[in-house]
This record gives sequence, C-alpha cells and structure tokens, in this order.
Amino acid sequence: MNIRLIKDSIIQKVSALLLLLALSVVLLIVFGLGSKSLPLLQDQSIWDILSQSVWSPLKGDFGFLPFIMGTVWVTLISLCIAVPLCILASVYLVEYASARLRNFVLPLMNVLAAIPPVLYGVWGVLFVVPIVGGWVAPLFGLSVTGYSVFSGGIVLAVMIFPIMISIMVEVLQTIPQDLKFASLSLGATKWETIQKVILKKAKPGIIAAIVLAISRAFGETIAVLMVCGNIPQVPKSLFDAGYPIPALIANNFGEMMSIPLYDSALMFAALLLFVIIFGFNLISRLILNRLEDKI
Amino acid sequence: MSHVNRRLRKEKIAKILMQLSGISITASLFLIVGIILYKGLPYLSWEMISQTPQGGFYIGKSGGILNAILGSLYLASISTALASIIGIPIAIYLNMYVKNGSFFARSVKLLFDVLFGIPSIVYGAIAFSIMIWLGIRASLLGGVITITLLTIPIVVRTIDELLKTIPVDLKNVTVSLGATRWETAKILLRYIKPGIFTALLLAFGRAIGDVAGVLLTTGFSDNLPKYIDEPAATLPLAIFFQLSSPIPEVQGRAYASALVLTFIILFIVICTHILASKQKKHKI
Repeated sequence: MNIRLIKDSIIQKVSALLLLLALSVVLLIVFGLGSKSLPLLQDQSIWDILSQSVWSPLKGDFGFLPFIMGTVWVTLISLCIAVPLCILASVYLVEYASARLRNFVLPLMNVLAAIPPVLYGVWGVLFVVPIVGGWVAPLFGLSVTGYSVFSGGIVLAVMIFPIMISIMVEVLQTIPQDLKFASLSLGATKWETIQKVILKKAKPGIIAAIVLAISRAFGETIAVLMVCGNIPQVPKSLFDAGYPIPALIANNFGEMMSIPLYDSALMFAALLLFVIIFGFNLISRLILNRLEDKI
Repeated sequence: MSHVNRRLRKEKIAKILMQLSGISITASLFLIVGIILYKGLPYLSWEMISQTPQGGFYIGKSGGILNAILGSLYLASISTALASIIGIPIAIYLNMYVKNGSFFARSVKLLFDVLFGIPSIVYGAIAFSIMIWLGIRASLLGGVITITLLTIPIVVRTIDELLKTIPVDLKNVTVSLGATRWETAKILLRYIKPGIFTALLLAFGRAIGDVAGVLLTTGFSDNLPKYIDEPAATLPLAIFFQLSSPIPEVQGRAYASALVLTFIILFIVICTHILASKQKKHKI
C-alpha cells in the first residue's frame, strides 16, 4: 500500500519539476535575449534603433526600420489576400456545403498545415516568383525579378490559410441555430443572414483567428526569406524587394561574431519578434478561451 | 418585385464568390504538391536516396541525399522521444494532480498555447547563444535541444485536449476502486493510446520540417551523421542550401529532397487521419 502511495508522490514531484523546467524556457528566452541585446540598447536609444533606416553593421549603424517595414508589408499583403478568402470559404463550408464536402476539405487543410515552411519556399521560388516577375509586374509596366514583398505575401497567405480556416470553421459552428432561423423566418436571404447575423456574432472569434494568423506570419522565416529578395530597404511598392526581421536573423547569424554589437543587434531582433508574437498570441488565445467558456 | 430580385441576385453572386475562394484555397494545396512532384520525380532514383553527396558541397554533381534523410530522421525521432518523455508527464500532471479548472492549470495551458506559436527562429537564436556560451559548436545535439523545446508545447497541448475528452465517469470509477492518481492516469493513457500516437506524429512532422531552428544550431555536413556532437545535414536545409545552386545536378538534389520530405509529411498526415478516426470509434 505504502509503495503505491510513494510511487504516486514521486510521479507527482517529477512531473511538477518537468513542468517547471518547460516553463522556465520562457524566462530563459526573455532574460537570455534581453541580456544579449543590452549592449546595443546602451549604445543607442531604442527609438533610434526602431526608426532609423540605415543598416550597415560595419559602421555601427543598426536601423531596424527597413526590416520592420519589410515584415509589415509582407504581413499586410498576406492578410489582404487571405482574410477575405478564408472568411468566404469557411462560411461556405459551414452554411452551404454538404457534410461530405466538409469532410473532404477540412482534412486537406490539415495537410496544408503540415507542409513544412521550406516546401512553401520551394513552391514560391518555382511558381510564385516567376509568375509575379513574368506576368503580374509587366501588367504594371515594370520589369523586375519577382523576388518581392508581393511574392512573399502570396506565399505567406497560403501558409496562413489552414490556421484561419480551421479556427473560423470552429467559431462559425458555435453560432446557435435559433439565431439563423429567426433571421431567415423574417424573410432575409441566406447571404443577408450571414452578413448581418452570423458574421456579426462570430466577430470576436474571427478577429482572434486573424490575430493568430498575424503572429504566424510575423515569425515565418525560411519561406519568406527565399522569395523576398532580402535587400535592406524600406519597400515602396508591391514589387520592391523587402527584408523581414526573421530573415535578417537567419541570414546573418554566421558572421555576427566578428563585428562589434552585431550579435547584440540580431538578438534584439529576436527579442522584438518574441515580444510581439507573445503579445499577439496571448490576446487571441484569451479571446478564444473566453468564447469556449461561453458555450 | 425587382427589389427581391436584386437581393436574390446578390445571394447568387455571394455564393459564387464563396465557392471560388474555397476552390482557390484547396487548389493551392494541389499546386504546391503538384509542383514538387513535377520537379522532383525526374531526379528521384535509388542512387539519390542511397548515397551521400560526392565531389564537394554545392558543386559536386554526383551522389544523393542519404546524409540529409538520415540526419532528419535521427533529429526528428530523438527530439520527439525527448519531447514525449517531458511532455506526457506534464499533461498528466495538469489533468490529474492539479485541480481541474483552477487558475494555475488554466494559465499554464494558456502559456503552452502561446509557446506553441513562438516561431522556431526565436528558439534557434536563444539555443545558438547558449551554445556559444557553453562552447558547443553547431551539432546534432544542438539541433535536438532546439527541436525538443519546439515540440514540447505540441505534445502537451494535444495530449491535454485528449485527456479532456475522456468521460469523467471513467476517472471517478477508477479512483473509487482505490487506485492512486498515477494508477488512474495509466488507465486513462491506455484509453487515449491512438491519440498519443497522433500527438507524437504531429510533433515528428513539425520536427522534421523545421528549418529556422536547425539552421542556427545543427550546421550542415556531407557525411552521414555518426556522432551526436558533429554537425548533421537535414532535409529542409538540404533543400534550402542547394536550391539556389547554378549547377542543375545540385539543384536536382534539392528537388529530390523536397519530394522525399513531402512523402514523409503525407505519410504522417495519412497516419494521423487513420488514428484520429480510430479514436473516434473508441468513444463511448
């Protein structure tokens, strides 16, 4: 009898310890990256770092603006493509589609979610970049290579499809049937019901899905790096090359040791990413958890 | 009457738009897989998957991608094993030993959800600076540590969700027969066995496909991985490095690697699908 109780309490202590260890990773990231980026923050004010657009580590200029703008451009483009498509598609799947079609499409979304970023990158290089460079840009009278924020946005949009669709479908399925029937019985068409009742009711969930997708897009590294062109400039048009923050870290970690403050700047970039994404994720999870509690 | 007609026309247009967006989203998946099949199939041969690259990295024309296949499999299986050794007890602890629905349990779960969304480049950066601090060079070990950290939240959250689906009665009956919490947990684990495999497969899939984390910590090597403290090649990095090569044969290795990676991922997805339907049948 005693042995069983002892076993039980040993397991309890071991797993509590493991939990502590796993959670200390958060502290490790914050303090590790924080202490690494201190030298840069002591050298220059945080406002200068974030607002200056000159990036030349050899001269000690670490302006993050081109990278921040690169990330913002790519993310916004991907949202402009993905949000309307995903809202329409998930409404269709929930309200119109037969169960058979739903059971066919939703597993496919799981496949899309499971495809590793690097394969999206390969697809971007082989398919999206040539199309943007050879077909879309000439329409506007430009001749460019196609390695641009626009290509990055398209690839990212496809990458955030699955996360948005799966959450939006889940949220839409929780809308009470009564609300729909009430609206339909008043003579509204199905589309009017969707616009004025369902989407209104589902708004917090849809916003949470979008915020979650934004944080995914912010942190995506390799796929974007492969198609964005990686020139440290503030992009001025869709077809300009950009240089998002994650790509900056991935491309330069090898040489950062030899130049003073360079490693500090890259760790600051990682900290910036972590803080932004942590915040966005927290917000959307809180919204989603609250929705789940209501049901 | 025309008013009603206009509203009905709107309905029709909206429906067509919805169908079009659904089709384009689904089509993007087939486009990605199709392009990789189209480019990769001509390069896939027995030599490709049974030999290491010959004649130097980036320029060597002959040889295959065995180093990357093995490296990826080692990296992903060791990390998944470690993540499950750490993650499963945590999930049990959160469900059995902590009061359910308490503030502590809820905030820990929330934290794991948030950690799940942290991009691998951040994990890579922190692991990279720790490795420099400890004086470890880029190696399989570094990759394993990074990827384990990355996959723990997946294991914890998936298994936690599974444990939630178990009917409370089962738990109550076991406890009322005099079982300790650990003994009850063992029963519950048996109940969700197919689900556990699903969680591990998901973690494996994430581990084998990750680039940003291993780019900084694992390095790359043309040789077969033999020791854990040596750099090792992985499939995603083999794709990333060789895709931009000017030599068609080297590029071909990238396409073949992409194809092999796609097959592995598809295999994993199909397995999880089968296991998930098994779990559903299991339900009371």
